Amino acid sequence: MKCGNSDQAPACMSMSALEAKLQINGVHIDDTFAEAFGMKATRVLITAHNLKWAYHSAIAMTGFATSVIACGCEAGIERKLDVAETPDRRPGVSVLLFAVSTKELAKQLERRVGQCVLTSPTSACFAGIQEGEKLPLGKNLRYFGDGFQVAKLIAGKRYWRVPVMDGEFLCEETTGLTKAVGGGNFLILAAHQSAALAACEAAIEAMHKVRNVIMPFPGGVVRSGSKVGSKYKALLASTNDAFCPTIRGITKTELTPDVGAVLEIVIDGLTEADVAAAMIAGMKAVCALGAAKGVKRISAGNYGGKLGPYHFHLHKLMKGAV
Amino acid sequence: MSSLTFKLKQATLQRVDCSSLTSDHLQGKEVAEIAKIELPVGNSNVQAGDLFNITGRDVAKIVFAGDCAKLDRIGAAMTHGEITLAGNCGDYVGLGMKGGTIAAKASSGIFTACGMRGGAIRIAGNAGDFLGGGLPGERRGMFGGLVIVHGNVGDRACDQMRRGMILVEGNIGAYACSRMSGGTIAVLGEVGAFAGFAMKRGTLIVKDLPSQLPITFNDCGEHSLSFLTLVLAYWRTLDTRFAKFNIPNNRVRRWMGDVANAGRGEILVTG
Repeated sequence: MKCGNSDQAPACMSMSALEAKLQINGVHIDDTFAEAFGMKATRVLITAHNLKWAYHSAIAMTGFATSVIACGCEAGIERKLDVAETPDRRPGVSVLLFAVSTKELAKQLERRVGQCVLTSPTSACFAGIQEGEKLPLGKNLRYFGDGFQVAKLIAGKRYWRVPVMDGEFLCEETTGLTKAVGGGNFLILAAHQSAALAACEAAIEAMHKVRNVIMPFPGGVVRSGSKVGSKYKALLASTNDAFCPTIRGITKTELTPDVGAVLEIVIDGLTEADVAAAMIAGMKAVCALGAAKGVKRISAGNYGGKLGPYHFHLHKLMKGAV
Repeated sequence: MSSLTFKLKQATLQRVDCSSLTSDHLQGKEVAEIAKIELPVGNSNVQAGDLFNITGRDVAKIVFAGDCAKLDRIGAAMTHGEITLAGNCGDYVGLGMKGGTIAAKASSGIFTACGMRGGAIRIAGNAGDFLGGGLPGERRGMFGGLVIVHGNVGDRACDQMRRGMILVEGNIGAYACSRMSGGTIAVLGEVGAFAGFAMKRGTLIVKDLPSQLPITFNDCGEHSLSFLTLVLAYWRTLDTRFAKFNIPNNRVRRWMGDVANAGRGEILVTG
């Protein structure tokens, strides 16, 4: 079953959007918007003996975390951290987790840190958000120490030292929780699959330079965009047939004849501005490739604006950026 | 506004309980009102104005000028403000203190930082026995906060200490960390006999292994402990010789005990 961008259907978008005149480097920007939702988020910093092992841990922790629909949370590596940025002065990475509720976020955080960071050689885990409500980090994981764990209060922060087979797992007791925005998105419509993929790769590379955001799908890209509902009663969502090129002759398609493949990038961010900044960075990178590289249009998914409180209008974003 | 200053009119033979002379108690009071506060002296009460020359008005900054060796319980239970002690001070400095700072320019008596909960105490000279301990009969000693002693410390330091950090630039006496159940103490000088006696939890950081360690401490080997990076980083923010303390590769030898008790205490020898 698909888990694409947050089950969004392009209800507001129509072919008439193409008539709106915004074209950058030959790429049409549809006059539509991405619709995003409120989420709960946290950040943790994972450090290790070297960057390789920090990534091993972070990649495991953010695995199977593409969509809240079936994964419990959406998670990703935000960025690499220099030694000067980490509490224990070792190489590390910053990880963001998003969920629909505080309870679910706490559950996912504990499970993922417990199974993927605690278990990873030389790792340590610290809070990435200091303010706001607190989520347990080492607070419950300490019990793995079976009574041999040690608490240390250093400069007002509480840490746990849990004895493990390669030494000690150092973990901050809590990390901060914040309100966030999930489900920002845009669609890249290209002449063929390889052109769409190349455009997505360029977009993701640019978007990784924006802080406070993650693109939770594999490589940051999702191909299985979905619509709400299905002919099968058991399914809440199904393939977004209006954007599937291989059935455009038998469905109410949103694709013009020159579009051979569509890919989507979904963005979760700590604030509305962060999501907007990432969308702008991504779309600018796509437009920089231009029609010459097979990119035809940029569009976005929404529910008609009735469900999500955050609306990212593509024209507004790109006109401001250009 | 100048600091509120107390200076003894004449040396007192009896000990004076100064726990009422904190920012918490003096907030909103004029000097005349402060002078009428009754302080326990020996087995009687004496008005503050009869004992001290009181000058200044800023109750957030209190100074005890001159020799304070007979003045006990200075800064007791205070939650905020600054107290400066110009000379040697009495016992129980910072008793149950919860916040604010106390700076003693000379030495302090026994039970300094006794039952302390928060804030910071700096002793420029030496501190007496039971630094960071608990009152006799109490089950827990210091529970939080920071104490820096630039000189030496007497016996039974950190007795029943539960949390917080104590940094001693000089030596400490016998039975340090006795019955300790948490917190951290670090010592640059020598450590007296039987450190860690009946220790349950907590950390003692020393440069050299104490010469007379209880036989109920076991060697757990040499290890690199990453939490020491955080500790050293914190020390670098403090005005103390510990700011320049270094532990190469966070490598320490870890002794654990007292196994005749809970046995989760640790002595980290930096070498």
